[in-house]
Amino acid sequence: MVAIADYGVGNLFSLQSSLRSLGEEAKLALRPEELKSADRIILPGVGAFGDAAKKLRETDMFDALIEEAKAGKPILGICLGMQLLLEKSCEFGVHAGLELIKGEVRPIAGVIPKGLKIPHIGWNGLNFKPHPIFKDIKQGDCVYFVHSFSAQNCPSVIATTDYGAELAAAVANENVIGCQFHPEKSGAVGLAILKSFCEI
Amino acid sequence: MLRKRIIPCLDVRDGKVTKGVNFLGNRDIADPVELADFYSKCGADELVFYDITASAEGRALFTDVLKRVASTVFIPLTVGGGIRTLDDFDRVLKCGADKVSVNSGAIADKTLIRRAAERYGSQCVVISADVARIDGGYRVFGRGGRDDTGIEAGKWIKYCVSEGAGEVVLNSIDTDGVKGGFDIEMLEALCKSVPVPVIASGGAGNTEDFIELFKKLPWIDAGLAASVFHYKEISIPELKAALSENGIPVRL
Repeated sequence: MVAIADYGVGNLFSLQSSLRSLGEEAKLALRPEELKSADRIILPGVGAFGDAAKKLRETDMFDALIEEAKAGKPILGICLGMQLLLEKSCEFGVHAGLELIKGEVRPIAGVIPKGLKIPHIGWNGLNFKPHPIFKDIKQGDCVYFVHSFSAQNCPSVIATTDYGAELAAAVANENVIGCQFHPEKSGAVGLAILKSFCEI
Repeated sequence: MLRKRIIPCLDVRDGKVTKGVNFLGNRDIADPVELADFYSKCGADELVFYDITASAEGRALFTDVLKRVASTVFIPLTVGGGIRTLDDFDRVLKCGADKVSVNSGAIADKTLIRRAAERYGSQCVVISADVARIDGGYRVFGRGGRDDTGIEAGKWIKYCVSEGAGEVVLNSIDTDGVKGGFDIEMLEALCKSVPVPVIASGGAGNTEDFIELFKKLPWIDAGLAASVFHYKEISIPELKAALSENGIPVRL
């Protein structure tokens, strides 16, 4: 069973539906106990980092996620959920993340050439290193991105995408994995990635 | 490299897909859930649903359609039509929409875009502008292209983006349904310096029209069309192959 951390940010309808379409039992977890009883956890998220980190703490999921990660449970962060896995973010002030993966969240404006639109919205190709979540997709396959910040100074990048500069598209530190893109909105390629995560 | 997006638009009335010519004379053509699944499998990069019903029953049918689409189709979904309040945003986002497109609602309430962007993020708020040439200028129209608001289109688009709209759909009333090509002149005049993604709408008749759009206006992010896709005058896989052969980056 997959628990989707439901801490009050964002719309989980598509994520839950996409997992169900794969035949996975996907439940929304409102309390830390519900993360503990799951086989694997997905940490979604949209909006601002500081606000999301605060809500994770208020729902007591912040510490529970760290405990489950340290116990070896597979965790997949998506978009802002991926960013929360890192050490810190400088979006509207400096905020601490879950510190499960080394690196920080910084604006893409600092790394991409001037003149490109921000946010980076749309379909872009993946260049990835071998990793179990990519076992059923091909180099260059496209996934859907919507973001203005990215993982930087991060040694655990397992996939990048080219938006005038190489941006981190996915990160992983053993059982803790994060995708900057939205697999639940990336058609067949995204579903293949979610399926592979469910098989880890 | 970021791919150019091809977006079919589905006008939904009483739970069915319709498409009018120059906004008039709508007729039912298909089940939206079936059509959405078909487009997703063909390689559509995103889908836009416009709710063109006015009645409460029609609205309930629409959210039901949306839920069924979002349960089976896993590409970005934008929803528009009848969005006037934050409650309307809430209603469609809960049913699986990723972005919400506003037009008349933003004209009636000039604070709607800012309040929506603050609550849901700019990535969620799309300004859709129906624009026609009037007296040598470009004018924004409301109520599905029926009302001349008197608002100058260039200023309006700038205002909406400054208020937090994260994407602009420019629909040319002058070329809509005519199938003679996108309104390159209007897009260039109104959207060239827009700092957020721009989606061109109105006028696509064949594959060459999309090639022309992306070649002449390389800063355009996406092309939107309805009837040419619904009536299979353009097949999305063939369109994308042709764009790719012409050096335009698309998701194949």
